[in-house]
Amino acid sequence: MKTSTVIRHTLTHLFIIVLGLIMIYPIAWMIVSSFKPNNMIFSDPGLIPKAVTTENYITGWDGYAGTSFGKFFKNSFTICALAIVGNLISCTMAAYAFARLKFVGRGFWFAVMMATLMLPGHVTLVPRYILFNTFGWLGSILPIVAPKFLATDAFFVFLLVQFIRSLPKELEEAATIDGCGTFGVFLRIVIPLASPALVTTALFTFLWTWDDFFNHLLYLTRPDTFTVSRALRTFIGDAGAVSNWGGALAMGTLSIVPAFILFFSLQKYFVQGISTTGIKG
Amino acid sequence: MRKMSGIIKLFRRNAVAYVFLTPWLLGFLVLTLYPMLYSLRLSFTDYDFTKPDSTQWIGLGNYQKMFGSVFGQSEFTASTGEVMRVDRYYTKSLSVTFTYVFVSVPLKLIFALAVAMLMNQKLRGVSFYRAVYYIPTLLGGSVAIAVLWRKLFEKDGLVNELLGAIGFTDLPSWITNPEYSLYTLILLTVWQFGSSMIIFLAGLKQIPQEYYEAASVDGANKVRQFFSITIPLLSPVIMFNLVMQMIGAFQAFTQAYIIGGGRGGVLNSTLFYTLHLYIQGWTYHEMGYASAMAWVLLLIIGGITAIIFISSKWWVSYGAGE
Repeated sequence: MKTSTVIRHTLTHLFIIVLGLIMIYPIAWMIVSSFKPNNMIFSDPGLIPKAVTTENYITGWDGYAGTSFGKFFKNSFTICALAIVGNLISCTMAAYAFARLKFVGRGFWFAVMMATLMLPGHVTLVPRYILFNTFGWLGSILPIVAPKFLATDAFFVFLLVQFIRSLPKELEEAATIDGCGTFGVFLRIVIPLASPALVTTALFTFLWTWDDFFNHLLYLTRPDTFTVSRALRTFIGDAGAVSNWGGALAMGTLSIVPAFILFFSLQKYFVQGISTTGIKG
Repeated sequence: MRKMSGIIKLFRRNAVAYVFLTPWLLGFLVLTLYPMLYSLRLSFTDYDFTKPDSTQWIGLGNYQKMFGSVFGQSEFTASTGEVMRVDRYYTKSLSVTFTYVFVSVPLKLIFALAVAMLMNQKLRGVSFYRAVYYIPTLLGGSVAIAVLWRKLFEKDGLVNELLGAIGFTDLPSWITNPEYSLYTLILLTVWQFGSSMIIFLAGLKQIPQEYYEAASVDGANKVRQFFSITIPLLSPVIMFNLVMQMIGAFQAFTQAYIIGGGRGGVLNSTLFYTLHLYIQGWTYHEMGYASAMAWVLLLIIGGITAIIFISSKWWVSYGAGE
């Protein structure tokens, strides 16, 4: 390699690393500060704490209105698990129909599905709220979870359609010749082959449901039903004042742990998901 | 007989397909189509969730309430004879949202493209760097980061500590100063350029290296190569990112809600459209009005998307290497 290329590459590395550090700095600071005593969070911009304490985690864990963060985490995990099951079943079924089955109106319904991808959710907001109220669902997790069983996240239908279309047809044809019906082909051939896309679907369903705030704000009214994202908001008062910064940063740090673990263990599915559908964010 | 069995077969094949489609179809009809039509109808009423029985048809009243202040009105008489006041904050929420979208989306895409081009070189450790740059996007939408952002940009927050350390004095509280507060939210959005970066990177990898080699042989410098090869060949990807980011930005809510403490911030400087809609519908129970606002948002997003698609004729090239 030429000397000039080596210098250019070194400079590029250096630049990427410095910029990367600046980008990560706020998050690193949050994690470190969550272990600082409350009175030192304000005065200490550094990443090496002068004193370490777990006090913030203890006071923060107490939660809100008598409900601890243990309960909030449990609520969040429950909602995420149900959302994943719902999306996997309903979106895969729809995607299989669009990608492989021939039926009257396929082109039309596919166009409708693609149009809903771009539809701002706000136009359905008020009627959905009224509808869920007539079902007696307000205050429960059903308004958040039930729609997932009806494939309302068109993003995943699209992702799975793209993936299933890319699979070789021969296996399915062979199974059909061997006497396998449409349901058999779906369960025994398509689902196993599509498993990378299913992992991507589960992954992003988890992250978006975990981070969702708006629906949790609308539908979860009692503190014992709050999710982590809804509960974190209670650290900030109505006028924007925060009484327990240490607790807020400590619980904020805990709330990003699941995303971190998933991200570093399932990285290739992220890249796949983002580059095949241009997942928002 | 053969014809009959053909029809039965056709029928059965369709029936099976529609079984697979049922969850989605049900979801579309019950949770999308019906609510859309219903909210369109509500947008012409003064529907209040807490007293649905007194709902009245007010024609274009809600739309007049939105845009009345543009024509200098402060109140007007609805078709029911009732005197209604115009929404003095609606145009504010529009201007806040438009500023947010038109500043944050281009900046985000420029950053994403610049970093993607840096990483498109044959460097070691690119996948690690890519992961690091994606972390803000992974976490940025969460309430935790919004709470953190408040802390960073407060009067005695981390940003001012750092700026103070390198000699700046008289620093404002970025979050509560109406001149700057929107820009802290824009910064928060631009910071999350990771998804666009990954999509650009995938697009850049599709461009054959030979084009650049041929261009350097012909004496084209890097800048010329960027505008004559990279931009045209990447234009479909740019358009895709532009449309998706624009649609997302118009609907931004969580960060503004958290940072403003559930309101629009000082002097409504961060009163995002969706935040205003939420406050109207759920704090003031003006759900007919909130529905009308949602429909106007749909028209705005639809209109801008249409403009991008129509204009793409002139700036997006789909032919390879032309």
